[in-house]
Amino acid sequence: MSLFFGVIKRELLIAYRNPADLLNPLIFFVIVISLFPLGISPTEQVLSQIAPGVIWVGALLSTLLSMDILFRSDYDDGSLEQMTLSREPFLFLILGKIVSHWLVTGLPLALLSPLLALMLFMNEAGAWALFCSLLLGTPILSLLGAIGAGLTVGLRKGGVLIAVLILPLFVPVLIIATAMVQAGMQSVDYTGHMLWLGAILAASIGFAPIATSVGVRISLSH
Amino acid sequence: MLNVSQLTCERDHRLLFENLSFAAGEGEVLLVEGSNGTGKTTLLRILCGLYAEFTGAVDWQLSQSPLYVGHKPGVKDLLSARENLAWLTNLYQTNVSAKQISEALSRVGLRGFEEVACGAMSEGQRKRVNLARLYLLDNQAWVLDEPFSAIDIEGVASLEARMNAHLDGGGLLILTSHLPLSLSRPVKTLRLGQ
Repeated sequence: MSLFFGVIKRELLIAYRNPADLLNPLIFFVIVISLFPLGISPTEQVLSQIAPGVIWVGALLSTLLSMDILFRSDYDDGSLEQMTLSREPFLFLILGKIVSHWLVTGLPLALLSPLLALMLFMNEAGAWALFCSLLLGTPILSLLGAIGAGLTVGLRKGGVLIAVLILPLFVPVLIIATAMVQAGMQSVDYTGHMLWLGAILAASIGFAPIATSVGVRISLSH
Repeated sequence: MLNVSQLTCERDHRLLFENLSFAAGEGEVLLVEGSNGTGKTTLLRILCGLYAEFTGAVDWQLSQSPLYVGHKPGVKDLLSARENLAWLTNLYQTNVSAKQISEALSRVGLRGFEEVACGAMSEGQRKRVNLARLYLLDNQAWVLDEPFSAIDIEGVASLEARMNAHLDGGGLLILTSHLPLSLSRPVKTLRLGQ
């Protein structure tokens, strides 16, 4: 497992030296959400209604946008082929890359979300539910998105293809998560939703890295 | 050490090689020859398990995967030479110290470049960072794709000396090269594209 932590350390160092990769999805997320009050209506009644969906769609799209960079530069400069020859299973390295991707994209989104929730007039209980849903949901987005990124990394214009491949898998997460936030806003118990997200997360941790490492190997083989 | 039997590979509806069989053992040099586009790189990638669309069998009797140097240097622009080399060696082996890394970098003529970001280096220097692994790792088999491209004359001589030491230690060397080789051991050639 030492290479698992080695990859995370390396990825975080690279992200620190190139903060654009870290900031772009975050800025996109904030811009999308702050345009809704301007575009629809700044009233509390309307905004608090659409807030869970708006924030979650924003998180989903910004994750999708950042997915293409997950393997791109490692593929281009040959790091990825060296990783497949490593002394530890390639799977650990892939999992390390996904975890670091979540640390630099998904986690900041989750941490920022309570602020955006207040901006859209969500109540405190709703903001808390939103934070929990993003904390559980964004790792799923990174894990599932990595499958698409791994399969398309060998193609020059993989960006749109990732969206087509992966969006159907994102949809259940979006539905459960927004239902969870709405339940939270109405002070209804949302333990069931959390358990569902947790179950999807557990399944994704088990299967997504396997699918991703196979996909990357196929991409390298061209 | 290596047994290859009945290897057939077709790429883009073009037959690169058919029923290719060869073997290589300790202290042997295998030079893969052929003009551009005859499948040299593809053959080396197949040997390293990086290319899967072939029929036939590649059988390594090794405890460790072969050390592969490809066309792409495998270094990150945003990391320094030392960081890149430490990562690349860590992929294969854990027991490499910081001092050994500095030594290996000076062996490939990069003394003083340890803390320079690889993005600020020339093509040849990036390649040298990757080749510095040859001085650090003890993989029994080396698979080198054009190791001398973008390397100057002194660099080539130093690499050849390192290759001789590797062969004397019972290592196996498989490579492609457009330069004439001067190694201490007889070179077996495998000609593709005939």
